[in-house]
Amino acid sequence: MERHFDQELDDLKKQLFKMGTLAELAIFESIESLKQLSVKGADKVIADDKIIDELENTIDETCLDLLALRQPVAADLRFIAMSMKISTDLERIADLAVDICQRVLELADKPLLKPLIDIPKLSNLAQVMVKDALDSFLNRDMDLAGKVILFDSKADRLRNLVQKELIEDYIIKDPSVAQRAVPLLLIARHLERICDHATNIAEDVIYMVNAKVVKHHPEKLR
Amino acid sequence: MEELIRVSDLSAYFGNTQALKDINISIKEKMVTAIIGPSGCGKSTFIRCINRLHEVVANARVSGEVLLDGQDIYSAGVDPIEIRRKVGMVFQRPNPFPVLSIYDNVASGLKLNGMRKKSGLDAIVEQTLKMAALWDEVKDKLNASGVSLSGGQQQRLCIARALAVKPEVILFDEPCSALDPISTAKIEELIIQLKQNYTIIIVTHNMQQAARVSGHTAFFLMGELIEFGKTEDIFTKPKDSRTEAYITGRFG
Repeated sequence: MERHFDQELDDLKKQLFKMGTLAELAIFESIESLKQLSVKGADKVIADDKIIDELENTIDETCLDLLALRQPVAADLRFIAMSMKISTDLERIADLAVDICQRVLELADKPLLKPLIDIPKLSNLAQVMVKDALDSFLNRDMDLAGKVILFDSKADRLRNLVQKELIEDYIIKDPSVAQRAVPLLLIARHLERICDHATNIAEDVIYMVNAKVVKHHPEKLR
Repeated sequence: MEELIRVSDLSAYFGNTQALKDINISIKEKMVTAIIGPSGCGKSTFIRCINRLHEVVANARVSGEVLLDGQDIYSAGVDPIEIRRKVGMVFQRPNPFPVLSIYDNVASGLKLNGMRKKSGLDAIVEQTLKMAALWDEVKDKLNASGVSLSGGQQQRLCIARALAVKPEVILFDEPCSALDPISTAKIEELIIQLKQNYTIIIVTHNMQQAARVSGHTAFFLMGELIEFGKTEDIFTKPKDSRTEAYITGRFG
């Protein structure tokens, strides 16, 4: 039996799709502004964040209305509850893109400390993880969600590499470079946090699809 | 919680029509168990088999076993009247005895069992009306007719009547379907309180009601028990796709 409720759930999914697309774009543009040390590009990402913030409010309101008016259960309930969590993660991802841009503004008037090698690897990974997490949500794809979760440790390793290099090879040897090194260190941290949020989304997708809790229980992925 | 009722391979028939097919279920004491399912799925027949009311219908019969406290209620020599005292029932429409006062509606079962002493009757009538959350509303008009009360009050009077004979189990057959939301909320609160002392089985069409009051939920479909589990599991992660389809309103 086709339910009017299905249309409402589909509308919610479309809102999350829109928010996810904007969050992906924010990451992409923040990384581009870093590569080019572009103040203009960074300012745009910071300004556009308002749209994502508003979408989060709209999605929260939609979810609360559906909970109150439809009193959903089972798969419907899991979908709405996870949508609320996923919208929070997407909003945090967009905030981290803003954080990256603020670091770009700090770096923009100085020459780069060193050519970027591991940070682009980490940013590529973050973009892939967010895209795959969103695709797994839209297509209810458990395998893809599982893949995202397994990538998280790679993000941690890359962040550690960047941190170690910047601290041991630059800051300790010549503390005067700290002003140019610390923003890069923070960018690696922001990117790794983006990967964490993508992981959260993937974990929520698995719960949404088959009610299996893999959060804090990675062994259940196997 | 200990098991109070064990149902094994229970089938029920109306003439040649099979209404229940090989039901196996274990009901724990002092818990609320909800029975849900579409019309005609056998919910009411199931609870009527638990207190031997099914056999009252012409051509109706039962096979299988229903153990109450370890004793098969269908074994030879068991008095169905005694079973119905132990396993009380509250019906869909409040059905106080129309010619009796509020007091006598509650006391009638005790009087039939031979209790005559006024002070003893008074004490039990007051106690059970209090348990049914009705005492404060009727204590000044105990001699008024039972049917002079509102629908919700009549239903609580029927609950008091069931409680008076000290049952172990109370069966509720859609007890709120004829009541307004406020009366429904009162009955639901009452059911939650009563489970401290009684084992309760409630048949309901209202899935939110099952979710609100019960600890376990059983889903019946076309005479079969499809799924039985903790209520929170049934309503968040049902195992059977038919349960999922029914509770999310895709059929039924």
